[in-house]
Amino acid sequence: MAVSTDGRARTRREAKEALGPFGRVQQAVNELDERIGIAKGGRVLLDKIFPDHWSFMLGEIALYSFVVLVATGIFLTLYYVPSSTAVVYHGAYRPLDGLHMSEAYASTVNLSFAVRAGLLMRQIHHWGADVFVGSIVVHMARIFFTGAFRKPRELNWTIGITLLILAIFNGFIGYSLPDDLISGTGIRIAYSILLSIPFVGSYLAFFLFGGPYPGGIILERFYIIHVLILPLIIIGLIGAHLGLLVRQKHTQFPGRGRSEHNVVGSPLYPTFTAKTTGFLLMISGVLGILGGYAQINPIWQFGPYQPPKISYAVQPDWYMGWLDGALRIMPAWQWTGWGHTIPWEVFLPAVIFPGLIFNICIVWPMIERHFTKDVALHNLLDRPRDRPKRTAAGAAMIALLFTVFGASSTDVLANYFHLSLNTVLWFFRIAVVAAPIITAFVTWRICIEMRRVPGAVQRKRAVIISRTAEGEYVSAPAAERPGDEHRELEPEPVPVRIQLEPDGDEYREPATVLTGEPGVRRVRR
Amino acid sequence: MSDEEVHVTGDLGDTRSDGPGATSGDGESGGSGVSRGTGPGGTTGGRPIATLPAARLDDPHMQASARYPRRVEGIIVVFFLLGIAGIAAFGVAYIENASTQVYAVTLFVGLFCLGFGITAWGKYLMPQGPFVEDRHPLASSDEQRAAMAAALVERTGVVVKRRKVLGGLFLGGMGIFGVVAAFPLIRSLGPRPGSNLFTTHWKRGTPLVDQTGKLVHRTDMQVGGVLTVFPKGWQTTTTAQAKDQVVLIRVQPTRLTTRKGRGTWSPDGYVAYSKVCTHLGCPVGLYEQQLELLVCPCHQSMFDVRDGCQVVFGPAPRPLPQLPLRVDSTGYLRAQGPFDQAIGPGFWERTTTGNGPASRTEKPT
Repeated sequence: MAVSTDGRARTRREAKEALGPFGRVQQAVNELDERIGIAKGGRVLLDKIFPDHWSFMLGEIALYSFVVLVATGIFLTLYYVPSSTAVVYHGAYRPLDGLHMSEAYASTVNLSFAVRAGLLMRQIHHWGADVFVGSIVVHMARIFFTGAFRKPRELNWTIGITLLILAIFNGFIGYSLPDDLISGTGIRIAYSILLSIPFVGSYLAFFLFGGPYPGGIILERFYIIHVLILPLIIIGLIGAHLGLLVRQKHTQFPGRGRSEHNVVGSPLYPTFTAKTTGFLLMISGVLGILGGYAQINPIWQFGPYQPPKISYAVQPDWYMGWLDGALRIMPAWQWTGWGHTIPWEVFLPAVIFPGLIFNICIVWPMIERHFTKDVALHNLLDRPRDRPKRTAAGAAMIALLFTVFGASSTDVLANYFHLSLNTVLWFFRIAVVAAPIITAFVTWRICIEMRRVPGAVQRKRAVIISRTAEGEYVSAPAAERPGDEHRELEPEPVPVRIQLEPDGDEYREPATVLTGEPGVRRVRR
Repeated sequence: MSDEEVHVTGDLGDTRSDGPGATSGDGESGGSGVSRGTGPGGTTGGRPIATLPAARLDDPHMQASARYPRRVEGIIVVFFLLGIAGIAAFGVAYIENASTQVYAVTLFVGLFCLGFGITAWGKYLMPQGPFVEDRHPLASSDEQRAAMAAALVERTGVVVKRRKVLGGLFLGGMGIFGVVAAFPLIRSLGPRPGSNLFTTHWKRGTPLVDQTGKLVHRTDMQVGGVLTVFPKGWQTTTTAQAKDQVVLIRVQPTRLTTRKGRGTWSPDGYVAYSKVCTHLGCPVGLYEQQLELLVCPCHQSMFDVRDGCQVVFGPAPRPLPQLPLRVDSTGYLRAQGPFDQAIGPGFWERTTTGNGPASRTEKPT
């Protein structure tokens, strides 16, 4: 026994020694590298540098809320039944007992009340969608105002806008699936918008719905679009988005030591990996508590969809609000003649308007290049104030979209402020023209002023006023707070490059750090 | 220093292995907390890769609290323990079939605390740099570009242009395949609209019924009453409801403005209008009794019930089509005939005729 035990132990120790200092990890790397060659590129990837700035985190919010969407969405597919077949409800939620409804609605109520954590998952999914679209929009604004869309990143800008459009579409289709009273009305509006397209509208509507509204098959089609077709395209485009980001490397804000030819920040592994993993978990946690405590889309209160029924103050999810608002403030213009009708009152605000907005965004890099004649590659970001015209244009766009978004609640505002609906309507009709112009001018002026006063927005040092024993008041600047010495976007101390020194060399603090010149920090192995 | 020396693919060396110089800029931190090592320890001289350092205390990106790594470590431990407790509590809550709120709070505590802990770990205890990575130009040399363009152009010239027939046939075949494939993919999705958008199930003499199938008698409603009605036999089919729905309202006959050709359409003050909004097809479901207005809750179009449902406010471009009514010999309400125009929102094929009173110039008598 003893001999064999010894023998086994020796074998194990020998085997361990044979693996080298890095043990089984080395073995796994070797095995993989022999087959697919991961060591060289993998090492470069682990050292990939991520610049640090809070605004670079906005895209991560979008990515991680999409992860949460996929996870909760898979859960929901296990219980949701995409079917317009009429059933009579006898389930856990008593107030709806005995009502006629579609199987889709019944299964959604069922998964909310009879499935463990079903309501939580459904509400996380809905919140996730709202946060997903929202974070894409904010991320896009960051890219725009800092000029990150400029050459060489026009392609990724376009991919990002495509992702936004797909996210909005998938959000709309997703909240239509429960077939409740509000979403059913939304589907009917979508059908009518399709009808409004000249020449082909009625064919498009009939082909999508499989016949005249409601067609009987739209939930089944929306379902497969929502859970397969659009997610597949979105995942593919996210892959391309991130792939281009890795290939072109990150942009960064200017600062001492940062140039067009380098990237300064912290490495992918372990620093960025730890931070971003934590961020994924924190976003999941926040969506979790929203899903549990902030009720969203309580479909059992709306009731099942029936074509002749409707409720008051029907409004879509926030990311459709701008289109709803545009439809509300549009005057009733239609053209009729030669046996045909062009319903401009729908076609213009619901098709032309969003098409125009997205196309302006897509071609913006070209517009800007046309005016600036700037064909250089840019890896350093702009401060918004340094590009007053671009910043003004972006602010005007935001003002326009916020105004039409506000117009989607004309009835609620009129009710709340005891105003006539007509007053509110005309307020928005005027504001939709005036707000962008005023915003653009004010933004432009602010940018100009900020450029004239360098350091105008720098944080002021606190001053401590104290009274001496003699009753004399003296003031003295307070001690510097951490961060005072390197303000956001201000020149920073020199980043260092890492270089290995032979053993035995003494470490010395590179003078370059103090002089502010790029240099090498020598480190001992 | 040459270019090769400065790549970050050199190692994240142990920058923390300090001589006194390392902290020279920061007297207060002295040596405290400096010697905290992570990783397996860089002892063997022959190793190719150094151990990962704790963050340098004098790094510009360092946060103040990293001067006290022990304290940070303690805080992270607390968060990790809270996170573990939260996740475990979520599991227990799930087994115990607890409420949605309990799920949410346990899941939140679990995920958020684990996430916060590892983020703090990364932010305060891992190397922050800043490190530098060189950006290598992605663009190729002019020769390489020329070679690529030449390959495309010359090979196309040699192979394709000399075989124009083959190229044409292949492209033609693929084009035909595209058309042939598009037909089943798109055409089979649904029927052609045909006359569907122009017709409803309202015919001459169709009785009006409510959603339960009950006939509507002339004495059933008071002035001011409103009811959604359907053609008899179609009141339960969703597809039929969607376009046949009609709102029946009784008003004082003397208050009605009768338009040309509609003199007999509203017996006893009963008026019937398509309930499908001419803007976007929402049910025009709100009746403002005092003003005798039908209001669409979707986009607030308002229609004057006394005057052929003309649009008095909002984005709707046309009045709601009116259904001509009559009272039969037994006192029940029937349709005189179908609508005189297509109901619902506008579309390309919609003809100009039958646009209702709004498009006509003559004034009511």
